[in-house]
Amino acid sequence: MTTANGTDSTTRTGSGTSRDTTAPVLAARDLRVWYGSERGPVAAVDGVTFDVRPGETLGLVGESGCGKSTLGRGVLGLLPPGAAVDGEVRFAGKNLVDLSARQLQQLRGPELGLIFQEPMTRLNPLMRVSEHFEEALRTHNGDLTKDEIRTRALDALRGMGIPASRYESFPHEFSGGMRQRIMIALALVLRPAFVVADEPTTALDVLVEAQIIQILADLRRNFDTALVLITHNLGIVAEACDRVAVMYAGHIVEQGDAREVFANPQHPYTQALMRSTISLSTTGLHYIPGSPPDLAHPPAGCRFHPRCPKAMKVCAQEAPPEVLLPNGTRNTCWLPVPDMTTADGRRPLEVEEISVADEA
Amino acid sequence: MPTKPDTRKTADLPPKGDAAETLVEVEDLQVHFALRGGMIKRTAGAVKAVDGVSFSLRKGEVLGLVGESGSGKTTLGRTLLGLAKATGGSIQYRGRDLAKLKESELRPLRRSLQMVFQDPHASLNPAMDIATAVGHPLQVHGLAKNAEERRAKVAETLERVGLSPAELFMDKYPSDLSGGQKQRAVMARAIIAGPELLVADEPISMLDMSVRAKILQLFLDLKNDLDLTYVYVTHDLASAKFFCDRIAIMYLGRIVEIGTAEEIFANPRHPYTKALLGAIPDPDPHRAAVPRELPRGEVPDAALPPLGCSFHPRCPVAVAGCGWEARDLGALLERHWMAAGEDARLAESALFGHPQELTTAGLRSVALTPGKNATAVDLVELLERVREKTSDDPFWRGVTGIKGAAGKAHVTFAEGSDPRLKIVADATRADRPLQVACHLVD
Repeated sequence: MTTANGTDSTTRTGSGTSRDTTAPVLAARDLRVWYGSERGPVAAVDGVTFDVRPGETLGLVGESGCGKSTLGRGVLGLLPPGAAVDGEVRFAGKNLVDLSARQLQQLRGPELGLIFQEPMTRLNPLMRVSEHFEEALRTHNGDLTKDEIRTRALDALRGMGIPASRYESFPHEFSGGMRQRIMIALALVLRPAFVVADEPTTALDVLVEAQIIQILADLRRNFDTALVLITHNLGIVAEACDRVAVMYAGHIVEQGDAREVFANPQHPYTQALMRSTISLSTTGLHYIPGSPPDLAHPPAGCRFHPRCPKAMKVCAQEAPPEVLLPNGTRNTCWLPVPDMTTADGRRPLEVEEISVADEA
Repeated sequence: MPTKPDTRKTADLPPKGDAAETLVEVEDLQVHFALRGGMIKRTAGAVKAVDGVSFSLRKGEVLGLVGESGSGKTTLGRTLLGLAKATGGSIQYRGRDLAKLKESELRPLRRSLQMVFQDPHASLNPAMDIATAVGHPLQVHGLAKNAEERRAKVAETLERVGLSPAELFMDKYPSDLSGGQKQRAVMARAIIAGPELLVADEPISMLDMSVRAKILQLFLDLKNDLDLTYVYVTHDLASAKFFCDRIAIMYLGRIVEIGTAEEIFANPRHPYTKALLGAIPDPDPHRAAVPRELPRGEVPDAALPPLGCSFHPRCPVAVAGCGWEARDLGALLERHWMAAGEDARLAESALFGHPQELTTAGLRSVALTPGKNATAVDLVELLERVREKTSDDPFWRGVTGIKGAAGKAHVTFAEGSDPRLKIVADATRADRPLQVACHLVD
């Protein structure tokens, strides 16, 4: 299996962070996550390196099955039993990968937060909103009085636009959008320094989605919270994120300033992803042929090469290096490094035609 | 001939939907769901999921029904095929009124009227192989003489929707297929009996984004090859813009704006349409990420809809005649207290003796009872103070008077009315005019 890619690239290009002065809140280095399966180990996240700074939002995009959610959960230590994690996640001087489940649990809440995808199913239907907050605050600050809890909870709810008169209501009395706001308030009431939001708006209507995106934008402005926003919606990333990491088959293939990446996508996968998105300016339909590979048996070389319109011979043989491009984005592709390939290697790859029905 | 879904052939076709015949004529359609009484004693008694909708559907056109959850778009789509029972109005199709037909009379018509559901994982029987599932309509309508003929027809249809080679898919089960492949199988089942009208309810929203464009392309190809007419139900304006000839924007059971896709996107007239368009996140990095004016709140309860225009409580440009009522005062106070903080909220809300006066639906004037240690004067003073602080809120345009009398604070609201769909005077398309239901475009 080609796994040397992540380590090699980080030593080659450095971490690419020297331009920024603030120390990252969370730094992942060569993070790997495996699941066991009947077909052998599946490397859902395979050597991923990124930083998130205070007040910064990093968008994580890619097709389904590219490892976005696994990465988000792996960072927080929320993987199912049977998953193995390797690499380094630096947070507040500790390597989260080495911590015990108990130590991690103590960090989650006051230090690390998670906002789930489905607000409809994540609140306990038998508990009032107030009880959710009491539980969250008591678990981590046992000495708070009921009044203190109430004040903090109402502050958090007010920030999300939930009136205090609804504090004693049950989850079913709220709409989906309101429940997602309550979820966000619950994640933030303990003021974590780092939050993962996993598709927080996927089940919501356009207007409510826009409201939530505004709330998340206010959040990083007002509280300096570092946020990893996992989404399949490129529009949301363009509007709500400072930086973006594009994931394909367990790797980050392109990473950089969100505006720069969208204005000037360098990796063929990013380009294909942007072309296939149906937006208001869509005048013709484009799509990426085929589907993401089975991660139990990923293709050799660059994992995108079977679907890549610009694939070269070298792409099918060797994993591409990660390079820091002049525009400040990091890119894992053979195209921008002609000096590292032979003339033969740069000849176009003859690819088999992908059947129309081979799709996700 | 099997058709590959990636061949585009729109260019050489004549323009559709212009001079074409009317396929379906919907008149004042109503779908009301009765609310049960019992413990919750509702006087309203019905959820008006579809509340007086009229439009005509031309042969060969793609009509988009666009709105948020709770707008009634899915119910409207289902009612067109008789899958939900109309409680009023008519649906004329080929000389018959679908709204009045019995299930047994509808069944033979289902050959021509088909539906594609949102969730491809749930619309195929997991215990039925693809060949049986796709061939089922042939069996139901007796369209194949024997098993061989059925199998041959299934194979041909699978090839047509891009599940090629068909032999590879015929004996598979839904769990063997990816989301996109399942939706193709669902499409095959929908077209195999040769329908005329297809209602597609969010057909791409559950699919991975890289597949959406492919499935949408398949819809376009099938429409051209088989001369289909589509009703496309969606909340996704971006795909509707690309896919639809005409778009009806729905809000709380009504059509608030209907017109050609170009006209609606180039120049939206209804404040709700404007809000929807402004809320779409766009990956274009050149578009300035300006903070957008979003309508506050969410779609209200359809069992107790607002007076007048249903959108007025959220509308940023509402005027006096939009139908203001006591509940809107309650909502305004909530907003004011959210900004003022918890101490102010506790002190000020104590002035109200019966908070339910602020949550009762349908009150064009309200007499507010003061709380224990408060007087009507205190209430009037509070309301005037709030009015000063929130003077630019559209709500105050609808308030005609606040005064204390007989120990209560009386608040009265301007006469409101329900805007009806009207043709916009300067609409550019005479054959398919833009219609808007809003007092501001009267």
